[in-house]
Amino acid sequence: MDLGNINPVLLVASLMISATPILLAAIGEMVVEKSGVLNLGVEGMMITGAVIGFIVAINTGSPLLGFVIAAVAGAALSLSFGVLTQIFLSNQVATGLGLTLVGLGLSSLLGKPYEGQKTATLPKLDIPILGDLPVVGRMLFSHDIMVYVSLCLILAVWAFLKFTRAGLILRAVGESHDSAHALGYKVVRVRLLAIMFGGACAGLGGAYLSLVRVPQWTEGMTAGAGWIALAIVVFASWRAGRVLIGAYLFGGISVLQLNLQAAGMTWGVQYLSMSPYLITILVLVFISSNRSRSSHDAPANLGQTFHATR
Amino acid sequence: MIRLEKRPQPSRAWTVATPILAVILTMIFGGIMFSLIGTSPFEAIRTIFWDPLFHPQFAAFSRPQLLVKAGPLILIAIGLSIGFRAGIWNIGAEGQYIIGAICGAAAGLALYPMESALILPLMIVAGALGGWAWAMIPALLKVRFGTNEILVSLMLVYVAENLLASVSSGILRNPEGMGFPGSRNLSQWSSSQNLELIPNTGMHLGVLTAFIAVILAYVLLTRHIQGYNIRLTGEAPRAAKFAGVSPARTILFCLGTAGVLAGMAGLFEVTGPAGQVSIDFGSGYGFTAIIVAFLGRLHPVGILLAGLLMALTYIGGELAQLMLGVPGASIQLFQGMLLFFLLGVDVLTNYRVRFGASEVA
Repeated sequence: MDLGNINPVLLVASLMISATPILLAAIGEMVVEKSGVLNLGVEGMMITGAVIGFIVAINTGSPLLGFVIAAVAGAALSLSFGVLTQIFLSNQVATGLGLTLVGLGLSSLLGKPYEGQKTATLPKLDIPILGDLPVVGRMLFSHDIMVYVSLCLILAVWAFLKFTRAGLILRAVGESHDSAHALGYKVVRVRLLAIMFGGACAGLGGAYLSLVRVPQWTEGMTAGAGWIALAIVVFASWRAGRVLIGAYLFGGISVLQLNLQAAGMTWGVQYLSMSPYLITILVLVFISSNRSRSSHDAPANLGQTFHATR
Repeated sequence: MIRLEKRPQPSRAWTVATPILAVILTMIFGGIMFSLIGTSPFEAIRTIFWDPLFHPQFAAFSRPQLLVKAGPLILIAIGLSIGFRAGIWNIGAEGQYIIGAICGAAAGLALYPMESALILPLMIVAGALGGWAWAMIPALLKVRFGTNEILVSLMLVYVAENLLASVSSGILRNPEGMGFPGSRNLSQWSSSQNLELIPNTGMHLGVLTAFIAVILAYVLLTRHIQGYNIRLTGEAPRAAKFAGVSPARTILFCLGTAGVLAGMAGLFEVTGPAGQVSIDFGSGYGFTAIIVAFLGRLHPVGILLAGLLMALTYIGGELAQLMLGVPGASIQLFQGMLLFFLLGVDVLTNYRVRFGASEVA
């Protein structure tokens, strides 16, 4: 094993790439949960986004269009969850699981003919001046556009929730749907919009996996990334800035793990591959053990069904 | 104007009718899906639901498979349903199933090639303990730290899959297997084989255990104080607390039971139908069992019927792959749709649909 082969500049650069899918999915899910809805179908929406984005990119030759359609597909799939939980008042946990199962089945059905094919990937941006900086340029300023889109999305969500009236309404709906309803806000409509935003973000995250990070389509390629995104929302205690920290932390772990494998650590490849999941568990334990704090952070109506009696 | 009015009590008639309605809806939309991928929908539905039981040529072969597939599904779903009743969301049964199989097989293989009638019982106990221990991880973390059991149990599935890959090409690999991954064939070693109890029925020890589990779960939930406490915890957690039901004990009991049953299901699978511990012996039973639990309305008898129906879609799906060239993933989507429709029509059980404007109270 030769740890000297691990280049820190490349490590940070690839960390950003590997964190982006989880970051996109997690920020979307955070908005959904802020509105009081627990959508456990992130994995299913991500993998659907991955396969749709890949198919569109192959057939049109445009990865950007792939991203757009993947977001639309994610939103459409999440709308089925929204209709079931918000209009048919089904259990959110069970419906989310169902969404994941449907997404996994749908994606492997659609993706079968595309296995092993290659597609054009997103070009790296050439940012003048910043990109030419000695170390930092390689590290931070020579990525494709989606990396920066995801960072802008974090900023936008933070500002939306903190400074806008619509953001305040969304938070109110999540904290107490009965009060929000009594004030005349359309609880179901707000939640449906939030769910669709979450679906679109998960779709983008999935498309980033199949179009940039891998870039290929293989069945079940998300391999739990959607679930890790859910864990990151808990880790971040429902704050946009901490979602960024969480996603980059996990990106770092998975990159380091791959680098160790590549550096010739031959024993126990499986033990390295399971490390991101184990670390997720450890982090969840660490966060939840601080019980007095974490119970205050979760939106008060998270996962509860809203039924307007009047 | 359509609106929903909460029923004071869930409707009994709809409790029975909704799964049937969901199956019909799935057949309709599944038919549309099949016609989209270029298969005749009527032929596909017939191949999935009718041919495995009544096809003159294949039925004799596929009928026993019904119990072989339904056994593990029912066994796991019974365990899950007890937790779901209490609002404890163990969705990592797949992991408990895998670890049960590994532990049980390891206990048996440690004694290879000894011959004794006690080896299979020992393996069953080891499998049950393995599944139990794996389920205790999310249970204890939830009790001690309040960690979300959904995420922990699911993360442990990925850990278990990696462990499975590691042991089946590592310590449990067949030394006479010419380097291929996978353990010794447990169904060919007379001490560990889990054979059909009645020839040509598919009825092996695991299926028998599943039937016993159905009966025990029924007794537990309807006749035993622990079952009452579980239902109370699920329906009114605060009332349960005031009544002195310990949430910690309920969590440990529910997850522990689910782990034991899933672990045993795994062991029965590797000693019987699958025959060996290998990377892909699982067939995703742990996840499909979630659908079975809901389709059976979290009721033991319902789960028995739902398990048989789900087994039918597995066998029918394989038949459809063989005869109509339908992709395997379409069956997975079909099963997912079933859960989705079921949850959707469930609204009829708990709510009354009213037409017209709301009256002033």
